[in-house]
This record gives sequence, structure tokens and C-alpha cells, in this order.
Amino acid sequence: MKSNRVMRLLAILGALALILAACGDGDTTDTTEAPETTDATEAPETTDAPETTEAPAGPPEAGPLGAVTVAPGDPIEIRSLEAISGPVAFLGIPNERATQMAINDFGQIKGFDVNMGVGLDDLCSGEGGQASAQTIVADEQIVGVIGTSCSGAAVAAIPLISGAGMVMVSPSNTSPALTSDLEGTPGIDYQPGYYRIAHNDLFQGKAVAEFVFNELGLVTAAAIHDGDSYTQGLAQAFADAFTELGGTITLVVGVGKEDTDMTPVLTEIGQSSPEAAYFPIFQPAGDFVVQQFAGVAGLENTQLVGADGLLVSDFLGIPESEGMYFSGPDLAFGENANAVTGISANDFLKSYEAEFGEAPTAAFWAHAYDATAMLLAAIDEVAVELDDGSLFIDRQALRDALSSFSGAGMTGELACDEFGDCGAQGVQIVIHEDSSITDSTQLPVVFTFKGEIG
Amino acid sequence: MTATAKKPPETEDSHQRERRALRLSWVDLFLWAIRIAAIIIIVVGLIGSIQKFIAGEGISAEGWRDLLVSSLSQGAMYGLLALGYSMVYGVLGFINFAHGEVFMSGTMVGFIAANWLFENGIWDSNPILSLLLVLLVAMVTSTLLAVIIERVAYRRLRGSPRLIPLITSIGMSFFIQYSFAGFFGAGFNTYPPPPEILAGSVTIFGVEIRTTQLTVIIIAIVAMIGLWYFVTKTKTGRAVRAVAEDKEIAGLMGINVDRTIVAVFAIGGAMAGVAALMWALLFRSVNFLTGFIPGIKAFTAAVLGGVGNMAGAMGGGVLLGLFEGLGPLLILGGLGIEGATQLKDAVAFMALVLVLVFRPSGLFGERLGSDDRV
Repeated sequence: MKSNRVMRLLAILGALALILAACGDGDTTDTTEAPETTDATEAPETTDAPETTEAPAGPPEAGPLGAVTVAPGDPIEIRSLEAISGPVAFLGIPNERATQMAINDFGQIKGFDVNMGVGLDDLCSGEGGQASAQTIVADEQIVGVIGTSCSGAAVAAIPLISGAGMVMVSPSNTSPALTSDLEGTPGIDYQPGYYRIAHNDLFQGKAVAEFVFNELGLVTAAAIHDGDSYTQGLAQAFADAFTELGGTITLVVGVGKEDTDMTPVLTEIGQSSPEAAYFPIFQPAGDFVVQQFAGVAGLENTQLVGADGLLVSDFLGIPESEGMYFSGPDLAFGENANAVTGISANDFLKSYEAEFGEAPTAAFWAHAYDATAMLLAAIDEVAVELDDGSLFIDRQALRDALSSFSGAGMTGELACDEFGDCGAQGVQIVIHEDSSITDSTQLPVVFTFKGEIG
Repeated sequence: MTATAKKPPETEDSHQRERRALRLSWVDLFLWAIRIAAIIIIVVGLIGSIQKFIAGEGISAEGWRDLLVSSLSQGAMYGLLALGYSMVYGVLGFINFAHGEVFMSGTMVGFIAANWLFENGIWDSNPILSLLLVLLVAMVTSTLLAVIIERVAYRRLRGSPRLIPLITSIGMSFFIQYSFAGFFGAGFNTYPPPPEILAGSVTIFGVEIRTTQLTVIIIAIVAMIGLWYFVTKTKTGRAVRAVAEDKEIAGLMGINVDRTIVAVFAIGGAMAGVAALMWALLFRSVNFLTGFIPGIKAFTAAVLGGVGNMAGAMGGGVLLGLFEGLGPLLILGGLGIEGATQLKDAVAFMALVLVLVFRPSGLFGERLGSDDRV
């Protein structure tokens, strides 16, 4: 009896809560978002109509992936999906800003504005990539995405985005798994509709191997990763390329991201006294490796090489990091101009600093700019104006246009291979000789590498 | 149970007893199998390593020496931290998860002092004074924080079920971590390199040892002697032991229990401050999460040595350091496994499991208060 009454009370409370929640929703939309909500609700209606009724009647017919029809007065919707919070925000924030700047520079497409919306966050993790991708695919008006910052986020996001027929162009993903092994085999995470401007890490591994073997003349090397798919892939790419050149890899070994005492792992590496050690890892593990390296038996003459994950001021300020080499994307952009917008890298940097009061905090802003310009140019190429004043964008045609895109960008010549590697594949190696210089762009370049695709 | 046990006939009772005996023997068998397997793996691995060493392959004598010294110094640091866990557990019967953060506070504030000394040139011109100053700053910070935590978070919970202070300590841990992230930023701060006099290495009995690691080991020994003197010879120390033995009776004997518990936290905090200086010499990079992993390891060390036992905490720390540093290469390396150091943590925690299989109350035996003894 008693429990019955309690249940009834609970049921009434639940019903009340539902009613209240419904009222609350209504209130907020009425008062704050009134104009926007009407837009949002109208947009799908108008798109549904032409897709089903007008498409057969008018000239364009939607391809196998469907199409987006933008009503007169509405903007073309694209999205930015970058790591804009957390420890990797230094990478994602300049990417997002560069995307918006490229949209502004490009201007209208056939009389239609382009809207990036509010920048989405990939959190540099699979979870973040997936959650944001779900938000994106829920809006059928979205044509394409610029992102993600991190390969791990892309792996989770691309199945959803590709499945919805959209395209995604990444400024800074480098994992070979997302595109191909460069010999015609797609990577395990490759999905159609994925493109990227950053280099494939197989090239970075190759560049480091060539530099160490040919330029430095060292024939034995070890590689250290931290178990992450990016560092592991890159360490392995280096090891494979180094072996192919004729060198000997003594050990490829992992450290924990949280490890502090590196003496055991360094002692194990020291057993075979390699002449070089490549450790494309991050802070803080990178700090402990470089600080504890000096005193380990067998490593007295070992040359250390890191990657762009350690090209941050906190690491460069460590005295023991002096004498290290670092691999990373080719940053000699200078007067390179993006052919689509006509803006050069130097002009971009000037307006970036004028607008945000600081220099970009990471190196992939130019890649983000090129990625956005490439996407907008491709949309411009395939978009068809209909008689009723709306704009028709076929999703398959957009993919075809991106795949066959070629042109100059700030980062070099852009051209896509069949698995979406579109970048100039430039890799450079810098030397760090003075720990009082902590700005990574000031480091002298000692080696540049251009990967050949196809 | 006793009432019903009389009713069933004799045969069933003996049958039950037999079954219980059988079940016990299965568990026993399993445990013995683990023990024997462990011993075989360890012996084979050791023999493999020794053979390799005699054959002149693998890690050189200098390599083993460096490993041993670095494991000892890391272990000494775990031991000093473990004291904080062990003492609080011995007296209050709960694990103070915020102790790792007490240590972290010492490293972070110590960094500010060290950086200031470095920038003003005192770090190199007056190295001993600088290190003492950093030690003082770290100890004061950690001690103060430990005492404040006790006053704010734990004293009100005295007498409540043990789960409650445990959860509170986890909450405290997050609170302190993110307060430090807020005040000092989330980036990494790097201590200046150890002063010149600690830069090289010294030769003791013909063995070359890096000065920083030797210093760390000496600091740990001095701290332990000081602590031993304090606990056995001073009035407060005796009060601490009495309270650990039985709070109620100690109170009846005229000991101020609250004050003594504050003393326990203060000692634990001070030892964490010493450990912070050791971290500054050994690892140097600090941020707001620095305390988490060392905290977990130190807690493991406390269990390894026997909870509540001060000598056990120190011994457990040193042993854990040795297991971690030498174990993978000595045993797994001897079995011919490449990249064995990747299994460092697995080896360390396996060692813990094995120690508990062989000696469930830890290597040095538990010393628990009256509430925890059965």
C-alpha cells in the first residue's frame, strides 16, 4: 500500500517534470533564439522540397550520395572541428582561426555566404571526434568539415562523416592509417570523402631516416614511442625507412606517457650503443628522456632527434635539449600564395597578428588555410544555381572535384592522390643549439624533404 | 549456525567438512602453482641474465650499476612518500589519497624558490644554501598543506564510517590538483639543472656513482634517521605510537589525540617535502599532475612493506624501486624478451601480488590500530 502511494507520487512528479521541461524549452526558444529557430526550421523544409520534387524536374539530378540545396538568402554550411580546448588547444585554435580567415578571404560562392558556425571541439580524442561528428551529421545542410586536429579524433569522426556523404579536409592529421601506405593500399581507417593537407607520416619517417643515414652518416639507430597511434606509427615509419636505406635499427621501444624514471629503458637502448635515437613523443615523457639521457652507459655519443610534438617552448628551454634535431612540417612558406584567394603566407601572418594580437601558436595554420580554400574552390566548381534562386551542391560531384583538385597553396603545390593525401608533403629538420631560443620558428633548417606521391 | 549445526546427522557434517577441506586445498594448490611458477620464471630469468652477462652480451657492468643506483634513489623517494600513507593508515585507518598532492605542492612551490635562486645566480654560487632553502620551502609547503587538509577535511569526519574520509581524500586530491592548475598553469615547469657540485659523479669504494643520485640516497637516510629519532625518543613521537596503538586508551592516558593526529599529518607532509626535493634533483619537470603516479606507487610501496609499519614503508619503497628498475631487464631480459622495460609497471605490480601471495601482511608485517585488528 505504502509503496503504491510512493509510486503514484513519483509518477505525478515525473509528469510534472516533463511538463515543466517542455515549458522551459518553449520559453527559451521564444525569448532568445526566436529569429534563428525560424531560420533553422525553415531551412530543412525548403531543402526537402527541391530535393524530392524539383530535382527530377530541373536539370541537376542528385548523385548517389544525395545533394544539398541552399535556399536563397541562406548560407552554405561548413564546419570547423579542431582541438580547441585542453593541452592540444595550441594546435587547434590557430587552425580554426585560419579556417574563418580563409572563408572571409574567399568571399561569396555564386552569391551565397559561407557559414562556419561555432567552432566544434575534437578534444584531440576519439570520444571528442565522435561526439562532434554526430552533431555534424545531424544537420543535413552541412556540406563539408575542416578538421580534425588530431589523427585519433579523425579515426572516430570520419566513418560518420563519410557515411553521411559529407567531406572532411584535415589540416594536421598525419597518421598513415587515415589515407594509405603510399603504395596503393588504403589505410585501415581510410574512408572516402577524407582529404588532408598535412604530410603523411611515412614521409616524415623517411625524411628523418634519410637525414640521419645520409646527412649525419649514422648507421645504427633506436626509436622510442609512447604507445599512442601517432608516435608509434611515426617511430615505426622511421625504423622501416632506416632499415631500407641499409641502416640497423637496434630497438623500437615504448615508454609510458606517465613514466618518470627513464633509466631502465635508456639502459636497454644503451646495450647496443646506437648512434642515433629518434623519439617523436611529447611532454613530459620527452623531458625525462632528454634529461636522463646523458648519464646512461652506452649512450654517450648518441645523437637525439625529436619531432614537432616537442617543438614547444617549455621543452626547448631545457638545457639538455641543446644539440637535438627535430623533424616537422616544412614551414618555409614565405611569399607562397594560395592561388584560390591570392593571399600569401606573410600577408596572412600580418593579418592574423593584427586580428588576434599574437602569432599562431602552432605550425599548421597554413595547412588549415589551404584546406579551407581547397574546399571552397571545389564547392564553387560544382555548385549549380537553380531557376528558383537556390544553390544545388551534389555531394558526389564535390568529392570528385576535391579528388581532382590541383593548385598552389601556402604550403606548396596541392594535388590529391586517390586516398586523400593532398599536401605538398614537405618535411623539414631543424637544429636546436641554444636553449635560450625557445621559439621554434627561429630554429635553423638543416634539411628539407619533399615526398613524391603516386 | 551453532544451533542448526547440531541437527543434521554426523555423516553430513563430516561430508561438509571434507568438502571444505577439498575446496581449501584447491585454493592452496592454485596458490602453490603460482608460487612455483613465479620462482621458476625468476630463477630461469636470472640464470639467463647471468649467462648473458658472462658472455659479455647485453647490459654492461656500468649499465647494471647505473640501474641499481637509479632504482635505489627512486625507491628512496617512494619510501619517503609511503611513510605518509602508512602513518595515516596506521592511526586513522583510511588511505589519504591526497598525499600525492601534498607532495606535488612541495615540488611546485619549491620550483618557484629554485627558479628565483637560479635567476639571481645564487643557485650556482651558493649551491648548498640554495638546496637547503628549496628543501625548507618544499617542506613548509607540504607540511602546511597536509595539516590544513587534516583540519578542513578529515577532522570533522572522525568517527564516521571509513569509506567517507576515503572518498573525501579523493575529492581533496582533485581539488588541490586543479587549484594548482589554476594558480600555476597547466604547463610543465623545469627545475634548473642541479648545481655544479652535484653535476659529475663520485667514486666510492671504486664504484662511480652520479652525485645527484648519491645525494638523494643520503638525504633519504638522514630523513629516516631523523624520523626514527623523533618517533622513538621524543614525547610527541611516543604519543604518535600510543595513538596508533589505541586511540581511546591513549586519550584516557592524557594524550591529546587531535594534536597527535595533526603531528602525524605534519610528519607525513614534511617527508613528502623532502621527497619533493629529491624529485627536483632526479626528474626536475613538474606540473599539477606530478603527484598522481608517485602517489600510487608510494601507496603500493606501503602495502608491499606492510601497512602501518614505518620501517616497512621505507623498505617497501626501496624494494618497489628495485623491482621496477631492475626487474624487467634482469628477469624478462634474461628470458630473451626484447623491449622488456615496457613492462616495468606490470613487473612492479606483479611483484606486489607475489609478495602478498607469500606474505599477506606485507614484507615487514602490518602494524594496525586496535580498530583494525581482528
